Amino acid sequence: MSALRAGPEAGQAAGTDAIRIEDLHKSFGPHEVLSGVSLTVAPHEVICLIGASGSGKSTLLRCINLLEPIDSGGIWLLGQQVTGPGVDVNMVRRRVGIVFQSFNLFPHMTVLRNVTLAPMKALRMPKAEAEASASDLLARFGLADKRAEYPDRLSGGQQQRVAIVRALAVQPQIMLLDEVTSALDPELVAEVLDVIRELATAGMTMLIATHEMGFAKDVANRVCFLEDGQIVEQAPPAELFTDPKDERTQRFLRRIVQAGRM
Amino acid sequence: MTSQDSFGADPLNAPVAGSVGAGAGLAGSFGASGRGPRLLSGGGRRAVAVSTASTLVVLAALVAIFWVAPGSAAVRHTFFSPADMWQSFIGNPKKGYYSVGAAIWLNIRMFLVAEVLILALALVIALVRQSTSPVMFPFRVLAMVYVDFFRGVPLLLVVFAIGLGVPALRLTFVSSQSAAVYGVSALVLSYSAYVSEVYRAGLNSVHRSQLAAARSLGLSHGTALRYVILPQALRNIVPPLLNDFISLQKDTALVAVLGAIEANEAAQIYSSTVFNFSSFTVAAILFLILTIPLARFTDRLIDRDRRRRLAGAVT
Repeated sequence: MSALRAGPEAGQAAGTDAIRIEDLHKSFGPHEVLSGVSLTVAPHEVICLIGASGSGKSTLLRCINLLEPIDSGGIWLLGQQVTGPGVDVNMVRRRVGIVFQSFNLFPHMTVLRNVTLAPMKALRMPKAEAEASASDLLARFGLADKRAEYPDRLSGGQQQRVAIVRALAVQPQIMLLDEVTSALDPELVAEVLDVIRELATAGMTMLIATHEMGFAKDVANRVCFLEDGQIVEQAPPAELFTDPKDERTQRFLRRIVQAGRM
Repeated sequence: MTSQDSFGADPLNAPVAGSVGAGAGLAGSFGASGRGPRLLSGGGRRAVAVSTASTLVVLAALVAIFWVAPGSAAVRHTFFSPADMWQSFIGNPKKGYYSVGAAIWLNIRMFLVAEVLILALALVIALVRQSTSPVMFPFRVLAMVYVDFFRGVPLLLVVFAIGLGVPALRLTFVSSQSAAVYGVSALVLSYSAYVSEVYRAGLNSVHRSQLAAARSLGLSHGTALRYVILPQALRNIVPPLLNDFISLQKDTALVAVLGAIEANEAAQIYSSTVFNFSSFTVAAILFLILTIPLARFTDRLIDRDRRRRLAGAVT
């Protein structure tokens, strides 16, 4: 992780939150998608965001990656405010990787080129070095033999694993995963979840929006339930799934159980 | 009508023979693409035979109609006289007319120079129009006005305006250029308005999520455009771009109105000197020789693209 220390503040000081969000508001036109979200994530913590579609999970992740400008509130990453004037968004994004529901691989590039593009063009890493570390990452996630393939020759699960590797290639300290298994056929979900489990074991700080309750129960240190753009309830999974305090959480989980998703 | 003899001796024979060849080639490619799985190769050969026969029948019918028309002999003499075609092709300065065959080189040079300039200028216009930054607002308006103007004004008027107007300004450098330079300038101004719209369609055809994915990796907007968005956009617009360039090749003939001795003007000079229009037939054939390969190449690209898309959909 040496390349990460090149940032303005060296490493993450002990006790600094990986992510701190205060009273975040975001509207699309008249519709307020996030209405006062506050959340703190410690280094190496894995947090799952659950909630119905439209509850604001994706928008929250996109705001943290600065893909959406926020209306009010503040976001601090590794102790540095990223929602003020004069923030180098490209620097921030190199430290916060995001993976989307729809993979979004670059279809005109091979797997290897997909993974090496950002290290070479954003981090100015020499080609040989970028390819070597990309090959290592691909091998680690069982994609070594797919290096020369184009994305349309891969299964959905393989594409999503490549997308995760691509995000990891710029050596981020935080990963945001936006419903990364929602677009996959059921039999392909497990291989992607295994990758995320491995990242969690390796100590990656992650914020994961997901509909996979079993996975959330399994991998998360903490689960946040969102409704109408607010975090209604947050607790360790054992507590939130078995003994939810808020009536809205109870209603949501009842529906999930009825739908056979848990 | 002793068709066998006159057919062989007639100048029409040359172009007709050419197109029969093209027809056979076409039939062959139909057979090839219709074959698909190897099982049907017998049917494919039959298809080639049928399409070749049908092509010959249609061509024979067209030639027959031309032949029996009341004014056929006069038209053949005025437009297809072999001697005049040859004379206008090689030219004869002593008799006061230029070689159409040599003059086409000016069209080719104008086309090549214009093409490069159009590709560059149109890309700049398209990127300005696609920009979102508030700083770029006046430039966006300017680009929009430019495109509206040059798409709306007939190319011939632009050629006149540049070719006659700019020299009349009597500026030191810009007013003393050749007709070909003014012609190319007019072509570039007019075509880059069209081509910028083609670029814009291409840029829009790349899904927004591709830009988000590239930016999320820490790539700057410019880098994302260059490595992620533009390559995909260009791939999508190659066929319409080539289509525009086929028509650009022909439109180089409009520069004739400024007096540049390109193929069309050379043919015009021949016809007014010798009172025979066969020189225009020569110019037409030369333009066809330029445009048809580009047209076939465009078809092949479209076909390849379609196959690739189908293959992508299957996996």
